[in-house]
Formats: sequence, C-alpha cells, structure tokens
Amino acid sequence: MSTTETANHVVENTVPVPDPEVLKSWLRDMLQIREFEVRSMQAYQNKLAGGFLHVYNGQEAVAVGCIAAMRHTDPVITAYRDHGHALARGLDPKIGFAELFGRIDGCAKGKGGSMHFFDRNNSMFGGHGIVGAQCPLGTGLAFATKYTDEVIKGGTSESVTACFLGDGALNQGSVHEAMNLAVIFDLPIVFCVENNRYAMGTAVGRCTASGNQITNRAIAFGMEARSIGGMDVIEVYREMKEIVDQVRATSKPYFVDIDTYRFKGHSMSDPRKYRTHEEEQEYEADDPIEKLTRYLLAQKAMTEEELKSLSKQVRLEIREAVNWARQSPVPDVSELHHDVYTDTWGDYTGTSLPGYMKPTTDEDATEGEASNGT
Amino acid sequence: MAREIEFREALREAMSEEMRADPRVYLIGEEVADYNGAYKVSKGMLEEFGPRRIIDTPISESGFAGLGIGSTMLGLRPIVEFMSWSFSLVAADQILNNAPKMLYMSGGQFGCPIVFRGNDGAGGQLGSTHSWCVESLYANVPGLKMIIPSNPHDAKGLLKSAIRDDNPVFCLESERLLSVKGDVPEGDYVVPIGEAVIHREGTDCTLVGFGRTVYFCEQAADELAREGISCEILDMRSIRPLDLDAIIRSVKKTNYCVVVDQSWSFASIGSEVAAEVHAACFDDLDNHVHRVHNDDVPAPYSHDLEQEMLPNARKICEAVRSVTYNA
Repeated sequence: MSTTETANHVVENTVPVPDPEVLKSWLRDMLQIREFEVRSMQAYQNKLAGGFLHVYNGQEAVAVGCIAAMRHTDPVITAYRDHGHALARGLDPKIGFAELFGRIDGCAKGKGGSMHFFDRNNSMFGGHGIVGAQCPLGTGLAFATKYTDEVIKGGTSESVTACFLGDGALNQGSVHEAMNLAVIFDLPIVFCVENNRYAMGTAVGRCTASGNQITNRAIAFGMEARSIGGMDVIEVYREMKEIVDQVRATSKPYFVDIDTYRFKGHSMSDPRKYRTHEEEQEYEADDPIEKLTRYLLAQKAMTEEELKSLSKQVRLEIREAVNWARQSPVPDVSELHHDVYTDTWGDYTGTSLPGYMKPTTDEDATEGEASNGT
Repeated sequence: MAREIEFREALREAMSEEMRADPRVYLIGEEVADYNGAYKVSKGMLEEFGPRRIIDTPISESGFAGLGIGSTMLGLRPIVEFMSWSFSLVAADQILNNAPKMLYMSGGQFGCPIVFRGNDGAGGQLGSTHSWCVESLYANVPGLKMIIPSNPHDAKGLLKSAIRDDNPVFCLESERLLSVKGDVPEGDYVVPIGEAVIHREGTDCTLVGFGRTVYFCEQAADELAREGISCEILDMRSIRPLDLDAIIRSVKKTNYCVVVDQSWSFASIGSEVAAEVHAACFDDLDNHVHRVHNDDVPAPYSHDLEQEMLPNARKICEAVRSVTYNA
C-alpha cells in the first residue's frame, strides 16, 4: 500500500490510507498553501508585503500530513516559516494575506507579520521568529494540556502538541533544553523536524554533528525517534498518526525527522549559491502536490477535469483573498499602543481580539478582555 | 492583626495563598521543591501542594522559563523562580522576546500572565557574574511590569498582585533582605502594582529608592538628620508602571531630589527617573537631580571593594549635601 518511493517502514505501518475524499481535501489544502505562497512572493515583489518572507513551497506535505494526524484541539507551534501550518490548521487565507500586508484585519492586526501567524480558535500558537525559541514554548503547551487535564480536571492527559522546527534549530541550546524537559516531565509532545537540508544557506552536514542521522539527538535524551519521508503526504500522515496516537496514549515525547526540501530560498533575498540547480531540479521532480495528484489519478479517485476544477477553485479563492486583504485598512495609529498590556495605563489602551475572532452576536462577551487561552 | 514575619515568609504566603485560590497557579524552578528552595522561600510548599504544582527543574533557565511562558498560552499562571536573576541572562530570549511581546505579536490573542521572581543585586561577595542588577536592563522592555519590594508587607502584597496580573511581572528580590522582618497583616490583601509609597516623611530633600536601597536611604537620612537635613524617602516599589505622580508630589514639596538605584548608572532606572523629574519639576527644582548608583565597574569579590561599589549611605549623604548646598 506504500505510495512513496522513499519510505521503507511504511509497509509495517498499519494506519489505513484514508478515503479518496479525505485525500482530495489534502490535495486542496496543499494547493491552497502553494498558491498562497506564490501570491505571497508576488506581493513581496510588489511591495505589498515587507520585512522577511519565508515561503513553504515544497514542504506542504509536512504541515498537511502532520496536522491531519492530529485533533483540531491539539496545539501546533512552529518557527517563522509558518504560513503552511496556519493554513493547514484552518486560518482563512484572506486573514493571512491581511497580516502579510500589515493590515488591521490580519490575524495579529498587522503587528506580527509573516513570521507571527497566530490563530487561537484553530489551536495555532505561532509563528515564532527566533530559531528554536518555539521549542521551550511547545513544551509549555504540552505541559499546560497535561496539567489542565490531570491536575485541574483530575482526568487523564488528552492532547498532543506538535512542535515544528527546522534542521537549523537543532544546534540551538533552547531546543536541547526543551527536549530534556519533555523527557523528564513526560510531556505529550512531538518534535517535528522539517529537515529541508539547509540552515538558511548552510547545509546540514556542514553545521550539525551527526547531521546524516539527526535522530541521534533524540536518542541521546532517551526519546523515541524515527525518520520519515516528507514529500508524500500519505506517508507523513500514516507515520504521524501512529506517532501521535502513541504519544497520546503514553504521554511520552517523540522526535520525528521529516525529510523534505525547500523549493525556494531561505527568504526572498536568497540567491541560493550554496546549492546546485541540478539538486533543485531533482527535488522539484519529487513535488508532493504532483505526487498526490498522480496517485489520485492512478487510483481513478479523481479525473483530470476534477483536478483542473479544483486548481481553478483554489486559484480563484486565493486571488479573492489577496483582493480582500488589499482592501483592508492599515491599522490606525491608535493601534500602536494597543495590545502592549492587557490593562490600561498611561498611553497603553489595553487589548482586544483581532476583528475576525470577535463574536458577531455577543460583542460584550470577550471584547477588551485579556485573552489567555482557554 | 499584624504579625512580624520574614521577607521570605511573606513571599511564601503570597504564593501559597494564591495557589490555594487558583489551581492554574504553579511554582517552577531550580530546587524549589525537594530542596525547599535554595533560599528557603518555598519551604514546605512541596508538602502542601505536591510535585505536580511545585516543580523542580534541571539547571535550564531558557527551557523552564520558556515552558512557563508556553503554558500561559493555554491559560495557566506560572510563577517561575530564578535562583538568581543573574542566571536569567541565559533565558533572556524567552523572558524578553516571548513573555512581554506575545500579546502584541499575536494581536491580542495570547496574553502572558506569568511571574518571574528571584534574587537580584549583590548578595555578598559573590563576584561579578552572580551580582547582577538586572532592573535597568529589563525595565527597558515594553510589555512587562516590574516590582522591587523593600519589606515583607509590600513583598506579600505586590507578589499577590503580580500573580493575579494578566501581564508578565518581574519580581526582583534581594538575598540581603530575605531575613528582614516586618509587620504583615493577617488575611488577604494586595499592594497594587504601580503605586509608590512615602517611606519616611521629610521636608528638605526627596530620596527616591527601591528595594535594598531604601535601607541605604534610611541610614543616610538618619545621619543627615543629625546635620539638620530632613530627608523624605520615597519607596518606588514598582518600576513599571512607574508612579511618577508620587515622586513629583514629593519633589514639589522638597525642591531637591536624589535618586538611589543599585544598578549601573548608564541608561538606568535612575537616569529615567531623573529625566522625568527634570521634565515635570523644572520650575520646582532648586538644583538638578543627583543620582547614586553602583560604581560603573563589574561587582568585585573583595568585601571592602564590594561595599564601596554599592550605592551606600556615605555616597547618598554626599549626594544630598551636594544637591542641597544652596538650600
């Protein structure tokens, strides 16, 4: 049943391949991410988006496959290449574009930007700019779900946190500290390493000891680990489903090395001199979207017409999202001193939820309140 | 009814009472549980609350500070103890980038109700790396609050406010004050964050201090009283928000001001207060604001050198005599 050219342990995996309708929804999700990124790059070139832009092209199967293996209430946290995870989690692309364009309708009211996509209602906890810094936070999310379930509610731990990081983060002390804490506190967390082979422009082998087998890092902590292919969404899902189910049952952390490739540069200013055109072509031939498409067509789960229609639908949705976000106003200057503190003092004007999260019926319910999770 | 208890007991009462009232509150840090606290602040708390809520950590400040911050995103309210604020420097990214900015970066989606607390300032011949005064460094960052209590009453009341606060609060204690005793009321009370207090009334010069420097100010005021100079001592208690109104009221009365700050002078709380007082009391001041700080050197080990480095009573007396020479 293996659908991948690279995986060797999928054969032992007993997680069934999901129904064609589910696979088609993943294809749609991956197409949406790809199109979002294509439009993001355009917007960046047109100066609609500023700052740094790190796109996710090529890695779509990782976010979509991993998140499909989780419950919607399971926390997800990642680093700065975060658009794919936020969209896979359910962030409306128009809210994402508004954030990229620095507009008030963005998920962080234009105060976070590309690297800080947060979406509380979809259990998306960022979007973090400092390499590796999200890992201690991720252990905190896992600690909090476990503490809430067991200490406050007196039940058993229910949730699993997915903490994404890149191969470049493996050499940050905070990542090692987070892994150690996760083991000694038995935290239900999966460290999902998106191993795209480059820490910015430095090949993993040039900067990472035992970089050819990064699961060694986890084994040193006594943490279970495995390497999986990241260019096949079905493989990612089946491996992650097994891992997530195990972590939910045992409340012990897991480390997964996901082999993937970043089709574009680190950011928009990257001339990619550190790798060859041939290498890029080789991996581009392994495109996760094309792979799933081929599979669905071969299985006769989808016709060419359906595929065209789906692609067109996604392109239209993303184009409309860009247009919608362009119409969103830039934040009023009064926003500058808003959301610094939850309370009002001096120039500080308290805080409120972003517009898209505010309840439409009962406005008084949460508006202006401090928003500290559940 | 007030009783006399130690500073460390006041801190412990604040934490224990808030933990009894709110199951979301937990204490985490090095040696807080089995060891009963490196400075015995959390003594007995493991026995009452158990290891799920009084949590020993590895020596891993970046890790456990970040864990605490992450847990606030799902509604918990941690108290993170740094054995010394000197050790918080290795967690600077977590406590300065993530805690105070999460609310802003997430556009109001995730606040960070967390308390970081521990010893700050010279402990007594600990040398340079263990004698950090982090207040001026950290107070520079928007999004956090900072309290520096000088006595058991304020320590308990301010820490209770901090635990209930929906923002990150940095509570800086002094190892040298943990055994100081003072009157603390029975029962529940809080000291609001952002309110200074007149510690001793006077007429001739305002001494603005906080934390341990309040005691240096007392010694100086006693000596200056013998010379006929009446000092008013103002205890800032909170650094962020800063109760500038209280300072201005006092300076408008005395027309002279000396700020006493145990951190280093360059770009410091002392320089901030002086700048604000100059702006607000320009027509009331009879001399420019004088400042007393740590000497601008790394903390030395040798006893006499360390005492000389601190913003001690002698330096404060010299500053007051200098500022009031034309009175």
